[in-house]
This record gives sequence, C-alpha cells and structure tokens, in this order.
Amino acid sequence: MNLEEIKSQIEANVPGCSLEILPNGSPSGQHSLLVDKEHALTVASFLRDGASPRFDYCSNVTGVDWPLKEISTKQKTKKLVDGVEKDVEEVIKTTTGNYLEVVYHLFSLEDRQGPLVLRMRTEDRAERVHLPSLTPVWRSADFQEREVYDLFGVLFDGHPDLRRLLMWDSFTDFPMRKDYVDPDDYEYEPTAHDEVLKRTQAHYAAQGEPSEAEGAR
Amino acid sequence: MDEQLKNELRRQGVVATTLQELYNWGRKSSIWPLNFGLACCAIEMIATTMARYDLARFGAEVFRPSPRQADLMIVAGTVTKKMAPQVVRLYNQMAEPKYVISMGACAISGGPFKQGYNVLKGIDRYIPVDVYIPGCPPRPEALLDAFLMLQRKIDEQQLTGPDRPRHLQAELPSEFTVPECSEHDLTPTRNDAIWQVPLVNISNAGKNESGRD
Ligand code: SF4
Repeated sequence: MNLEEIKSQIEANVPGCSLEILPNGSPSGQHSLLVDKEHALTVASFLRDGASPRFDYCSNVTGVDWPLKEISTKQKTKKLVDGVEKDVEEVIKTTTGNYLEVVYHLFSLEDRQGPLVLRMRTEDRAERVHLPSLTPVWRSADFQEREVYDLFGVLFDGHPDLRRLLMWDSFTDFPMRKDYVDPDDYEYEPTAHDEVLKRTQAHYAAQGEPSEAEGAR
Repeated sequence: MDEQLKNELRRQGVVATTLQELYNWGRKSSIWPLNFGLACCAIEMIATTMARYDLARFGAEVFRPSPRQADLMIVAGTVTKKMAPQVVRLYNQMAEPKYVISMGACAISGGPFKQGYNVLKGIDRYIPVDVYIPGCPPRPEALLDAFLMLQRKIDEQQLTGPDRPRHLQAELPSEFTVPECSEHDLTPTRNDAIWQVPLVNISNAGKNESGRD
C-alpha cells in the first residue's frame, strides 16, 4: 500500500479536495494523510467504497491536542548597515499548533492492508472546533468519536448521538487537553514528589495554613 | 463464665454460651457480599470465590445481586468519580449491620490513578471502611485474610455499652451523603464527618533525600 498512490486515487475521484501527506520521521515511517474537513466525508466514502484497496474497517479514532507554540529560529542574512554589507543574525518567530487533530486508523479487511492514517484538524482550539463525523461511513467510529468529543472537545457534525461517553453529563472541561487543570484536591499526598509535591504545596499555600495545623485536628 | 469452666462443661456434653456470642457467631458466619466489581481487582475477588480459593468456606457462599440482601460491600477496584455516587447509594441501600472492605490500592487511595482526572482518591472519603487490603491487585489470600479479619472484628463486638457497633446505636447514621457530579468535580469532595485529612508535613517534603522529615 502506497500512500502517494492512494492520495492520487483520491485526488482523481474527489475533485477539489486538498490532501497533504504528513511524514512520520520515526523508524516505523507511518506517514499519514491530512484531509480538509470540507471534503472529508466524500473522501471517507470513496476510501470505503471506491478506492483500491477498499478501506472497509476503521479500527481506531483518537485525538491530539496541539496548543499554540512559538518557534524561534535564527537565520543569517546579509544586510546593509551604514552602507557596509554585514552578516546579521535574525530571529524569525513562527507559530505552530493551535488546533485539535482527530486521527483515524483505517484497514482493508478485504485485501489485508493497512493501516491508513487519516487526520483532520480543527481551525482553532476554542470556538471553531467542528469537524465532520465519519460515523455515517464507518459505524465503528461512533463511540470513539464520542470519546474524542468527551476528552478533547471536538464537535462532530453529523454524529448520530454526540454525548459525553466517559465523563458525566454535567462535566464542563475536556480533560485530555494540555491546558486542563484538574481540581485542587491535593490535601493528602503521603509520598508527594515532583509535580504532585508542587501541587500539594500550592494547595496548602492557598489555604493559608500550615499543613501540620490541618492534620492536627 | 470463665473459659476453663466452659471448656470443661463442653467436654461433658454441655454447651454454655451467651446471647452475644451466639449473635456474633451467627453474623460472622454468614457474611454475604454484594455482587459487584469495579476494575481489575474484581478479577481477584472472583477468583477468591471460585473453587481454588473458595471463599464459601468462611460463610460467604452467595454474592447477592441486591444490596438489600447483602452484609458486606467489597469495593474491588478503581472508583471513578462517575461511579462514586452509585457506590455510596448502594451502600446506603444495604441493611444494617453492614461492612465495607476496601480492596486494592485504587479503592484505598486512587492507587496508580490517584492524580487522574476521573478517579476518586479513596472510597473512605464517602463511606466508612472496616478493612483495607493493600496491593495492586491483592492476591486472593489477602482477601481471605481481610475476610477473616472482619470476622474477628465482628466476633469482638459488644452488644451493650457505649462501644456497641453502629447498627445498635439508633442515633448514629447508617446512610451517608451521596456526592453529586458537578461541573469540575464531585461535590462535596469528601464527607468530613468520616474522613479527615491525615497528618502530612508537606513543608519538609522534598527537602531531604527520603522526602520525609
Ligand atoms: S489496585 Fe491495581 S489491580 Fe486493583 S483496581 Fe487498581 S489498578 Fe486494578
């Protein structure tokens, strides 16, 4: 199974879609296909029904949170300073991230091929977190998309039953996002160290009383 | 009556006993646990009831599927915050006298998931626990040991006097607050009447190698 080949198959059959191959630098080299959300549903149905091999099984759906990240790189350029050409180091700042990503692992049971890794990205992490649901194409995505909604807060349009799955209904946070802050219940940590120790100290500092007094009742 | 005389009489075919002994013997010999498990520890609990370890030898032959018929709640496994209200509610529905065994690191304190976003840091924050079994998971022998420990505890209970067990003191509660799932956490996060923060000296933690003072 060749990702390039599948990409050109899709491009030939789904006009207007924009696809991108995201390389994976690890030894496994499991590259993935980034699909634009406008055409994702058509691409998915094509992958299931028209492509060769036909991807008739979606084994896994998961999410990734990419918070906004600033990357500064240094670059040497030549510039005219007071009429003299000099080498100047410039710091170029770029940002990446600031989106939520949903990853689908597709297999072809018919031809015993796979996985094909399909990705979709939301526009940002706050308001525009809508993505098309692929549950109409692969029923097995149903609960997993609900889980991605539950833990990451991606809203799947066209999902038949988008409710929380693991957390309770009145819960308002999305615990797998990187900026999730868990409740401050660090009052008793018998073997506190590292992060937990910091949280425990912060807990007692916020209470304004030494921990001994707390325990001595 | 003193022990020696009792034994002597028993040798002659006369059994002398007290109401308290009989009552406690009856209770301790037929503790029926509630039939529910929450996570991996439940597998060990199930193993304990099967032929190899055979919990039935000690009077717990039937795991009752209804809290109304159960005497013992074995909290076997991870109590998620979503599950905690149901566990407390089941406990409230059990008839007195009732006992709780907190089985495994998770039920005691949250265990490996203590800092998780959805795990309760110990069921003893909401209901009183009689016996704790450490381990992840505890072996069936450990559960048997806890069971025997509970039987010893029941055997020693006085039916009269100020130390009599909770179910014989009308003014003590037999139901406890069921926490509610709210926006970020359970409310309340603990029942202060039964769980107080144990002594922690956090100001010294992390300062020397052992992390203790
Ligand atoms: S204590 Fe260990 S074995 Fe028991 S429920 Fe927790 S993780 Fe599973």
